[in-house]
Amino acid sequence: MSRFVLRRLLQSAVVLLGVTLVVFLLLQLVPGDPVRVALGTRFDPQTYEALRTRAGLDRPLVAQYFSYVGRAVTGDLGVSFRSGQPVTRIVLERLPATLSLALTAVLIAVLVAFPLGVLAAVRSGSALDHAARVFSQFGVSVPDFWMGIMGILLFAGVLGWLPPSGYVPLTEDPAGWLAHVLLPAATVGLVTASILTRFIRSSVLEVLSADYVRTAEAKGLRTRVVVLRHVLRNALIPVITVVAVQLASLLGGVIVVEVLFAWPGIGRLTYDAVQARDYPVLQGAVLLVAALFLLMNLLVDILYARLDPRITAR
Amino acid sequence: MTDRPVLAVEELTVTLGTRSGSARAVAGVDWSVHPGRTLALVGESGSGKTMSVLAATGLAPRTARVTGRVRLLGEELTALDPRRRRQLRGRHVGFVFQDPMTSLNPVLTVGRQVTEACEEHLGMSRRQARDRAVELLELVGIPSAARRVDDHPHQFSGGMRQRVVIAMALACDPALLIADEPTTALDVTTQAQIVELVAGLQRRLGTAVVWITHDLGVVAGVADTVAVMYGGRIVEQGPVDAVFAAPGHPYTRALLAARPRPGGAGDDLPAIPGAPPSPLELPAGCAFWPRCPVRGDARCEHELPPLTPVGPDHRVRSFYRTGEDR
Repeated sequence: MSRFVLRRLLQSAVVLLGVTLVVFLLLQLVPGDPVRVALGTRFDPQTYEALRTRAGLDRPLVAQYFSYVGRAVTGDLGVSFRSGQPVTRIVLERLPATLSLALTAVLIAVLVAFPLGVLAAVRSGSALDHAARVFSQFGVSVPDFWMGIMGILLFAGVLGWLPPSGYVPLTEDPAGWLAHVLLPAATVGLVTASILTRFIRSSVLEVLSADYVRTAEAKGLRTRVVVLRHVLRNALIPVITVVAVQLASLLGGVIVVEVLFAWPGIGRLTYDAVQARDYPVLQGAVLLVAALFLLMNLLVDILYARLDPRITAR
Repeated sequence: MTDRPVLAVEELTVTLGTRSGSARAVAGVDWSVHPGRTLALVGESGSGKTMSVLAATGLAPRTARVTGRVRLLGEELTALDPRRRRQLRGRHVGFVFQDPMTSLNPVLTVGRQVTEACEEHLGMSRRQARDRAVELLELVGIPSAARRVDDHPHQFSGGMRQRVVIAMALACDPALLIADEPTTALDVTTQAQIVELVAGLQRRLGTAVVWITHDLGVVAGVADTVAVMYGGRIVEQGPVDAVFAAPGHPYTRALLAARPRPGGAGDDLPAIPGAPPSPLELPAGCAFWPRCPVRGDARCEHELPPLTPVGPDHRVRSFYRTGEDR
């Protein structure tokens, strides 16, 4: 098992290297000069050249890339063109906000989607099944920003139960954090829940028609035992991938929702960095997202091997 | 041994609601099986043999409408609530299904699957159930059972998996074993071993067996009585010896003629032309009439022949009789 993890970590490092190369090359294609943007109206040729040299932008591309990767390995992702602060620090500062939003959203999604999807499948064709279908259709088709605005109008405006936007770190004020995270997390979580509900329903339905479920029924087991012991574990194996992919993409920041709720996460950071042509920050954010994605995939593979004995972690 | 049948069905009818109308999968079937005896249900795919057994034990699909009487160990199952029926089934009936590759849950150990019913119905603890599983795996001839009890199904071969399924079916010491084409998915040598295993276990344990098959060779080897089904109805039933010696129904005769014989290599097997009727539109008269080589009576097309006795316990559903006009 540990050898499997080690090998997968090495593979991940190679993929990550590839990501740096792709991002680096893509940024060369983006029109606009970051140094000019940074200088704004205070432009003068001397400062411009000095800044270019300091950022290393006057050196050949290959040299720029290798020095970037070389420093990245030691945790140095460069400095922001805009604020002059180290990118590593900027990105890591934003991580807790995104992490707490993404995890809360996925928690909400799982808590809604699991019971709903499983019950809809077990009682397929019932009123509950139809309700679940309407819910997931709604969640998939309604845009998240609209749902967010409606949430703000209702819970912050009309009812006045929750603050409309803003962020309070969990470590400073747990109650305040919860009040602030609920609306954005529910907005993102309901979209995720509707995707998950559909997926869980069809996965459970498929397993319900499996021969070994008939075997379990033939043994005279209670329906609850059949579903919990024989159906769920088999149905969950493919669902895990979907949950993990959803979580990973949320960890990359939900740009629209973070902007809407003034949530200082990775998505917001990426948005601002694009606006300001702050390449080092953008590169750092993308690199972090890629690393999180790879980590999630590794976790999924380990979970798979634990749940399905046919897969051996080698 | 008492004379009371372990399982008896009377006028069992199963109607399936399908998108293109209601299909009568089983149309008024009577059969019974006695302690220690074997009943073979024979017929082509779709003849209703499996459906009649599933419906009798409460395992028919939810869309099916089941009527008729079913008595398991003297208890009228159709009068019971689903919970009690489920308990009776789990405690007293063991099932061996066709494909051992798919009838075992891939993520649970075989030991757990073999005796989880004992925890449910006999109140065994997890530990007792595991010990019982080892015992059962030994009984069905799985080498080093004590070690293999914690293995998963994918670590067993097809034949070994079917042995596991048989062990599972016997876990609660059932009065009745239902074997639904248990050898179809296996290779020929393994088939013979499985047939022998079930027959041997039946002799030792005194279990009644309903053997669902389309293989008449197996019927001759293991069954005491046989019921031949066609188009949802029994067309001939009786003691195996009597039916094989003097088959009364043209369908039974055609089936017997279509068996491969030793020494007959190279010859084409006689086949029955045509296809079985769709359960969506069963003919008014004899269901076999369109394919019947005899059509010995004018009534065949429009009138359903009754099951008529032709010998001791031997009944045939045909207007035409062998020997009558031959």
